[in-house]
Amino acid sequence: MKLDQAARAIFLTELVSGFFLAMRYFFKPKATLNYPFEKGPLSPRFRGEHALRRYPNGEERCIACKLCEAICPAQAITIEAGPRRNDGTRRTTRYDIDMVKCIYCGFCQEACPVDAIVEGPNFEFATETREELYYDKEKLLANGDRWEREIARSIALDAPYR
Amino acid sequence: MAKIVVDGTEVDVPAEYTLLQACEAAGVEIPRFCFHERLSIAGNCRMCLVEVKGGPPKPTASCAMAVKDLRPGPNGEPPVVLTKSPMVKKAREGVMEFLLINHPLDCPICDQGGECDLQDQAMAYGADTSRFAENKRAVEDKYIGPLVKTSMNRCIQCTRCVRFSTEVAGVPDLGAIGRGEDMEITTYLEHAMRSEMQGNVADLCPVGALTHKPYQFHARPWELIKTESIDVMDAVGSNIRIDTRGREVMRFLPRNNDAVNEEWISDKSRYVWDGLKVQRLDRPYVRKDGRLVPATWSEAFAAIAAKVKGTAPTKIGAIIGDLASVEEVFALKTLMGKLGSANIDARQDGAKLDPALGRATYVFNPTIAGIEQADAILLVGTDPRHEASVINARIRKRWRQGGLKIGLIGAKVDLTYAYDYLGAGPDSLADLAGSSAFGDILRKAERPLVIVGQGALARPDGAAVLSLAARVAVAVGAVKDGWNGFGVLHTAAARVGALDVGAVPGPGGLDVAGMTAPGALDVTFLMGADEVEVAPGAFVVYLGTHGDRGAHRADVILPGAAYPEKSGIYVNTEGRVQFANRAAFPPGEAREDWAILRALSEVLGQTLPFDNMQALRAQLVSGYPHLGHIDEAAAADAGAVSTLAGVGGSVDKAAFAPVIEDFFLTNPIARASAVMAECSALRLAAAAEAAE
Repeated sequence: MKLDQAARAIFLTELVSGFFLAMRYFFKPKATLNYPFEKGPLSPRFRGEHALRRYPNGEERCIACKLCEAICPAQAITIEAGPRRNDGTRRTTRYDIDMVKCIYCGFCQEACPVDAIVEGPNFEFATETREELYYDKEKLLANGDRWEREIARSIALDAPYR
Repeated sequence: MAKIVVDGTEVDVPAEYTLLQACEAAGVEIPRFCFHERLSIAGNCRMCLVEVKGGPPKPTASCAMAVKDLRPGPNGEPPVVLTKSPMVKKAREGVMEFLLINHPLDCPICDQGGECDLQDQAMAYGADTSRFAENKRAVEDKYIGPLVKTSMNRCIQCTRCVRFSTEVAGVPDLGAIGRGEDMEITTYLEHAMRSEMQGNVADLCPVGALTHKPYQFHARPWELIKTESIDVMDAVGSNIRIDTRGREVMRFLPRNNDAVNEEWISDKSRYVWDGLKVQRLDRPYVRKDGRLVPATWSEAFAAIAAKVKGTAPTKIGAIIGDLASVEEVFALKTLMGKLGSANIDARQDGAKLDPALGRATYVFNPTIAGIEQADAILLVGTDPRHEASVINARIRKRWRQGGLKIGLIGAKVDLTYAYDYLGAGPDSLADLAGSSAFGDILRKAERPLVIVGQGALARPDGAAVLSLAARVAVAVGAVKDGWNGFGVLHTAAARVGALDVGAVPGPGGLDVAGMTAPGALDVTFLMGADEVEVAPGAFVVYLGTHGDRGAHRADVILPGAAYPEKSGIYVNTEGRVQFANRAAFPPGEAREDWAILRALSEVLGQTLPFDNMQALRAQLVSGYPHLGHIDEAAAADAGAVSTLAGVGGSVDKAAFAPVIEDFFLTNPIARASAVMAECSALRLAAAAEAAE
């Protein structure tokens, strides 16, 4: 026992192995990211900020079926509906999501029959005031327009699994 | 009675029962689309297929096969119906698959979604996938009026709507053209439906082909809070369900009550809800320098108190409107009594009904359900189709069963059934007391029915006409043991309740005509009374809901609650006491009417002896015990009719005038409603077209 200890002390094995460990990690790719300049990978199923999508011709997808409102476990969604002025189709007159209530469960996009409400890949929507997190239809549609390419890609990538 | 075995349980049912009814008696649910208890049997949806032993060796439509059609077994065993066998399961899946071939999958945008028979039954009895890859049928949507929206792709051709409009409503506007898959429901020439009960077709529609247009896309059934209430648009007291979302009333639906409205309501009852949101009085107003200016409650009360304190009791009066609940009437009557005034009247139209003669002289004694036992009906000065559409449907139901003779005295109108026109005025009524053709029919009838409308009573000689009608009723034997066939058909929901609590002029008091005369009163309280014109000079306090005629005339406006916004007791035309629950809240500073009266009484120094609704009801019921029996129409003492017959009086020769000028615009709520205005305009246009 004593001999064993002495040998390790003489040959500095612990020091050397510690040194190699340090070197191994020194040359390994970094686990940390230089956020916000670098970002980690996101799954296509990532559930971030909500967006209301449009069809390629610019028509809003949402048909005011209210299924998302019904399924929302946090009751964060408020919808009022009515026939649209110009063509009488079923549309929302109000579509509010209280992002403070939202628990990002993704039930709303699961419930949506037309892929209108989706949780996009954006997670950087922190605000200075609470009020800014009360999203209305305009904000959600703007989100949809901004993130459409990423959202469409995520849906396409996830499509084989549903 | 016949014995039948349903899924192993033997039940004893009347032989004329259909298999579907027999199965229901055995507690087995049969899916159906075209079958409806109150309509004739069509047997065209095939959803109710069952397996029968003792009948044809194939699945049988249980709605179209009667128990007596089945043979017993070789040893006299009762016939057997199987509803859970593999054959039935396969048959139902097949029928459902065929129905869904042409039914679009647009449930998310369909208003019926969530309360759809097809949705529910497809979940319960359908297969999980579709094998149909071809194109679906496309049908053009039809215009059938401003109340019912069509989406004919969704139609499954059950023809309930066609049968309803033909059989119950009696205005056969709807029909079907084409065969098989190409069958289409249409009004043939694309015109608006002309029935006053057309909203019911949207209720009957098992899918979303017919939906309520004013309600379209506004709400989903699962987000609505349902409150049971009573309709006040007419005196039928139809049982309704008020659907609210948050503080907002979203729609009215009928509730089933076989004794009153079965499961129908009129369009005015159903679509008046948008009138609850506009033209509302949401804060008190006081007239200053000729203009109504917003005020606080205390300012408004102070203005009234200042006026009332300097006025002699005989110069104070109150007129009660058509939509008031019994509690409010009672509170107002108590307040007037405390003020020492005998001037109070609930008969806005001036109908000469006197509760002192007994309850039987002003209620619809035979009861609404009793109409079905009548075998001869005399209508006096009434147009039941527009005064009480649901009662008219009941008369029509009885008429369709055959063996019913109907006579009409008054304005000639289309009642949806055939009648003998006997004349226009009281002379023709007097003739019936003697020997006449229709008089003999009434006399020979086992259960004759005399229905007196407000058109016969709202005239100076109304009391004499009422007495004359009672004399005819007694002369033809309409009032006898076990049958009182003398009925007064009211038009105002508040009327019978107000007469019950005696809201009529006391000794020396003025009636409506007297109170509205110039110089008669110095202070007039109008409780939702908008159909009267108060002569200039009087200080008018208007307690009501809408900025209608009364509010324009008012010097002080006290904002009250409309009928969905308060709980109250209403007594319908047959004297049935019904309880309405509160579904919503009055807007802004408006309050329930009884509470306003209670608060006002304190300022006037005549505090009413109740502090809450329970105390008010307790006092009301202790004074008028029959009002405590909810959902009961206590039979009134028939002797009163004979007394009434003896009153007599001289009658004028003038013809009976119709009481309802415009069916859709009879009260302040309806006049505020855009839907009612559209219906009214359409009706006028149709009338003008017909006149050309």
